[in-house]
Amino acid sequence: MSVNVRPSRIAVHIALILYAMLAVGPIVLILINAFKTRRAIFADPLGFPDARTFTTIGFDRVFANSDFGLYFLNSLTVTVVSLGLIVLIGAMAAWALTEYRFRGNTILSLYLAIGIMVPIRLGSVSILRMMVELDLVNTLTALILVYVAQGLPLAILILGEFIQQIPKDLRDAARCDGVSEYRIFGSIILPLIRPAIATVAVFTMVPIWNDLWFPLILAPGGGKQTVTLGVQQFIGQYVTDWNAVLASLTLAIAPVLVLYLLFSRYLVRGLTAGAVK
Amino acid sequence: MTDIAAPEVQTESFVGRSRFPIHIVVFLAPALVIYTLFSIYPLFDTIRLSLYAGDETGARHFVGLGNFYTLLSDPAWSGQFWNALRNNLIFFAIHMVVQNGIGLGLAMLLSLPRLTGGSVYRTLLFLPTMLSVVIIGFIWQLMLNPLWGIAESLLAVVGLKQFFGPWLGQESTALLTVSLISVWQFVGIPMMLIYAALINIPDDLLDAATVDGAGPFSVFWFVRLPLILPTLGVVSILTFVANFNAFDLIYAIKGALAGPNFSTDILGTFFYRTFFGYQLQVGSPTMGATVATAMLVVILIGVLIYLFGVQRRLQRHTF
Repeated sequence: MSVNVRPSRIAVHIALILYAMLAVGPIVLILINAFKTRRAIFADPLGFPDARTFTTIGFDRVFANSDFGLYFLNSLTVTVVSLGLIVLIGAMAAWALTEYRFRGNTILSLYLAIGIMVPIRLGSVSILRMMVELDLVNTLTALILVYVAQGLPLAILILGEFIQQIPKDLRDAARCDGVSEYRIFGSIILPLIRPAIATVAVFTMVPIWNDLWFPLILAPGGGKQTVTLGVQQFIGQYVTDWNAVLASLTLAIAPVLVLYLLFSRYLVRGLTAGAVK
Repeated sequence: MTDIAAPEVQTESFVGRSRFPIHIVVFLAPALVIYTLFSIYPLFDTIRLSLYAGDETGARHFVGLGNFYTLLSDPAWSGQFWNALRNNLIFFAIHMVVQNGIGLGLAMLLSLPRLTGGSVYRTLLFLPTMLSVVIIGFIWQLMLNPLWGIAESLLAVVGLKQFFGPWLGQESTALLTVSLISVWQFVGIPMMLIYAALINIPDDLLDAATVDGAGPFSVFWFVRLPLILPTLGVVSILTFVANFNAFDLIYAIKGALAGPNFSTDILGTFFYRTFFGYQLQVGSPTMGATVATAMLVVILIGVLIYLFGVQRRLQRHTF
């Protein structure tokens, strides 16, 4: 195989390399031009920044004219708190639904399935009304509540499938020893579902971090903007300032890019594992 | 999952005949409360609101299906609604053909046995899917900007310069361009799902077909494709729900007016404009709720067609 490379294999690699360039090229283009002078951006868009064309003026302008650090912190808070709640609350519900047989179990599972198929976005009119009444507009709490409600159904499905695979002996042994149901969940089940968190994270974290709709509707101002909304608002204002636009896009891409490249192995595995089911 | 108690009944279940076991309530309550309050209740409340109309004083009165009648027949509304629905169907059709077609093709290549660098390819190809739609929208807006001329000079390299135009700005090409940008971003999802299905097909089956004299094309058409049909069904319904719920990309590139001349307007942007208003039109929560309910109906029709028309016919194979 390694001695005699078939020509068809070369064609496969050429096709994949070409598509990979198409997929990654535009992103790389933004990243390299963000560090170039305005003249170089237009004169030689494909070139890497060198000593003559390197500049960080765009980034200076972004930091001077927007609260980028704050937006980043907002996004981080919303995403991490939502994910934590989704995993904890979701695991509790998944445990109850898979472990105990009780009246209404099936109906509850179907009830939760509605949330997987129907986008919660369609309830925005009422969600906004409710948040106004609760005085939660322009707060991160509003976003977290909505994202937890949005992420729970799928998380419960994934965690339920995972909990089912945990051997029954463990909990039965604990029950014989008279351990309470709460402790069985807290000290046996929770530590065992850690691998499933990666899968849940793929399906919940990315959509939360990237969402524009709910930040736009529930927290469009008051310093509670997320990165996605912040960048959208910033670019709307500075649309002709190419350095600033490219820099703000780079700042929005960079953290996701770094995390993705670090954890892509787990992410991809989580995604394919979820898909098999 | 049935309500009939299993042999390994827990002691609580006996008590539960009269009193519901308290720990089950404790485990379920947080999820059910948040999910009901912030997901299911707003959906039903939106449907209820769509049956009311507000007047200048802010008072609401019941109008039955009046709002839907307005939406579908009043010239001020129906033109925009049908336009958005039609554009949305085109948006979906382009995704089904191009996104899922390319996704299938890439998954086929990636699932080839002993492919060198497979995980590197998967990581790179999936990268755009991870980024925010808003960011992707701005990136392509810059790429296609005639001022910058990147797309034009890249086309010149392959000798297609004369085909370049302000694609995002022309009424005739804007919707196609926006759809292809979305395809470019989300092709990773069908690719991954189909890839996962393909690598789960046991090699024995493929070997057996090959031994029986089937060529690569026959193996694909008669063995692999039928086995991944359920996955293709899932991919289709996921595409459908995502497309009829899309908003961010159009809003980022074109704003709430979905120009030029509403040529990129889809249901999501139409919903936003109706709910919040834009320029001269005042936003209306009740008409917004009406549009949202109409979108809900469209999505439910799609889901029901999938559940009863498609999924039931597809046999799931487990190995």
